Amino acid sequence: MSERTLYDKVWENHKVTTLPNGQDQLFVGLHLIHEVTSPQAFGMLQERDLEVARPDLTHATVDHIVPTSDRDRPFENEAAEEMMAELEENVRSVGIEFDDPTTGKQGIVHVIGPEQGITQPGMTIVCGDSHTSTHGAFGALAFGIGTSQIRDVLATQTVAMEKKKVRKIEVTGELGDDVTAKDVILTIIRRLGTDGGVGYVYEYAGEAIESLGMEGRMSICNMSIEGGARAGYVNPDETTYEWLEGTDEFEDDPERFEELKSYWESIGSDEDAEYDDVVTIDGSEIEPVVTWGTTPGQGIGITEEIPDPESLPDDKQDTARRAQEHMRVAPGDTMEGYDIDVAFLGSCTNARLPDLRAAAEIIRGRAVDDSVRAMVVPGSQRVKAAAEREGLDEIFTEAGFDWRDAGCSMCLGMNDDQLVGDEASASSSNRNFVGRQGSKDGRTVLMSPQMVAAAAVTGEVTDVRELPKVEVKA
Amino acid sequence: MSDPKEIPSVAHVEGSGIPVHGNDIDTDQIIPARFMKVVTFDGLGEFAFFDQRFDDEDNEKEHPFNEEQYQDANVLVVNANFGCGSSREHAPQALVRWGIDAIIGESFAEIFAGNCLALGVPTATADSETIETLQSWIEDNPDGDIEIDVAAETVTYDGRTIDVDVDEAQRKALVDGIWDTTALMNSNTESIERTAAALPYVENPKVQTGRSDD
Ligand code: SF4
Repeated sequence: MSERTLYDKVWENHKVTTLPNGQDQLFVGLHLIHEVTSPQAFGMLQERDLEVARPDLTHATVDHIVPTSDRDRPFENEAAEEMMAELEENVRSVGIEFDDPTTGKQGIVHVIGPEQGITQPGMTIVCGDSHTSTHGAFGALAFGIGTSQIRDVLATQTVAMEKKKVRKIEVTGELGDDVTAKDVILTIIRRLGTDGGVGYVYEYAGEAIESLGMEGRMSICNMSIEGGARAGYVNPDETTYEWLEGTDEFEDDPERFEELKSYWESIGSDEDAEYDDVVTIDGSEIEPVVTWGTTPGQGIGITEEIPDPESLPDDKQDTARRAQEHMRVAPGDTMEGYDIDVAFLGSCTNARLPDLRAAAEIIRGRAVDDSVRAMVVPGSQRVKAAAEREGLDEIFTEAGFDWRDAGCSMCLGMNDDQLVGDEASASSSNRNFVGRQGSKDGRTVLMSPQMVAAAAVTGEVTDVRELPKVEVKA
Repeated sequence: MSDPKEIPSVAHVEGSGIPVHGNDIDTDQIIPARFMKVVTFDGLGEFAFFDQRFDDEDNEKEHPFNEEQYQDANVLVVNANFGCGSSREHAPQALVRWGIDAIIGESFAEIFAGNCLALGVPTATADSETIETLQSWIEDNPDGDIEIDVAAETVTYDGRTIDVDVDEAQRKALVDGIWDTTALMNSNTESIERTAAALPYVENPKVQTGRSDD
């Protein structure tokens, strides 16, 4: 028998049974919910007279519609207020822990789980949100589900799924200066395609991945879904355990930490695990990546030329042509110098403390270009508070950034933070789909937080490595 | 109430087609996020493909979902990687509420296909040539009859029968009428608790069984 991957192990120890339809029924260790995709599921439960099976393994936050400036209740936007009230009612009636903004723990669902230590290795984690793959950074098996599946999980604490194949993506070598986890994942998606991961779960490995902190690993796993893979993970190691040891869950419970650690150590992929596919990427060759189009797979290195649609595979040409028209870019140009109107530093991909630190490092001593509206939306209230303790907020606000409250914000433009008209944004988020940031004519260029910072101060897409250093007096 | 026997089998879907061309059509296009500020799925149908169908002044743009001849269509025919992006079930819900009962395409994003299954909507696949031929036939024959046999994995139109693929688990679930997983899974309480009890991180294996009648 072949040796097993983390995916095999976690799957097997959560498998309840094989259902008559051929799918496996899996026990869910943690169910995260937010205001957009859960209310209909609670409604379906009620229709069927079913109860929530495990409120104690369910955890709620509010992120998608929550305003990031004036948060006094009732929210100014009526629809947002209605969704918030509905969530409050649902969680209160069954006793689900809810990190609302008054707790100081509110934030994007994929930021708060890891932050509080409720995201752990060897767990199954689901949420009605495709970026649930983020939690795979901890060696959890984590995936997004639809509302009918949320209903299943609420009612039974289990979910029906088919087992996928596992592709190991090995990123070798050392990443260059100012090359980040974001650049790695954009490179992977570009290489394997936005649908390359369909049918697969991605295991990220190799020196370049292992050398990343948990935040970087989260950025990578986060965008597995942009590559078509429903889940992605990194095997847990000392970096993972160190993070967990300091969280709410384990801070005061070293005994439980040790106990679980031996479980965590047992679920990593075996040395000789067999994979359905292995892809190797040389990390030392990656440069800062930006997108030129309207899918996350349409990325290029900052010094590379935008491809001619004709040069792409047949099935990509049409999409590329339309994307270039929408973005108003031409083959043969680079993205350097592309004018931007908005700089958005936020989202579950890149709004954690190290992201903000790295961006602040570049902003320090500079000012946001006059033509740019720039904002920082920390991933959680805790990230925000931690950043303020370090004085990052001052660096940002002095430079002309808007320093906002935690939420999804302009990542998807469901609250008031939106692109207007055909504005172009330099965005640290994960999706550049047409209309994604709230305006259907809006243009999104995805990039790392450092690159967003560089674009904010120059007013155009800029190679952060070329930005002259500013001497700052201490 | 959650008796599995009440779930209908979806072995056959018959009706007229509607083609929507393009690869990588994401769920933000199928239902823009601003229409998701709702607590039920009712009424989502009219917002399907909204930004593709209307300009800023709400004037109709050219889109199959606007065209008179397709208003009664129930079989959507699409290209590759349809439904990628956000996991929102609002996307298939909007299509279903617009009138779609089945989708045929080159390929589908997984979460989207799973969401369709949860609504009893088959997602059948075929190669790009087959799909394009079908799409142009529909354009010439908007009233033409298309019949999907889920069990046999075939589509019949214009007097011919072509092979398509329906994922095995999906096929079985649809044909046997076991696509409503809540009902299926809710009867396994003992096994659920046994699985939970063996997990070192779950402190209490008990599940609340709810008030279902099984
Ligand atoms: S930040 Fe963006 S991608 Fe992440 S959960 Fe919120 S809307 Fe989704």
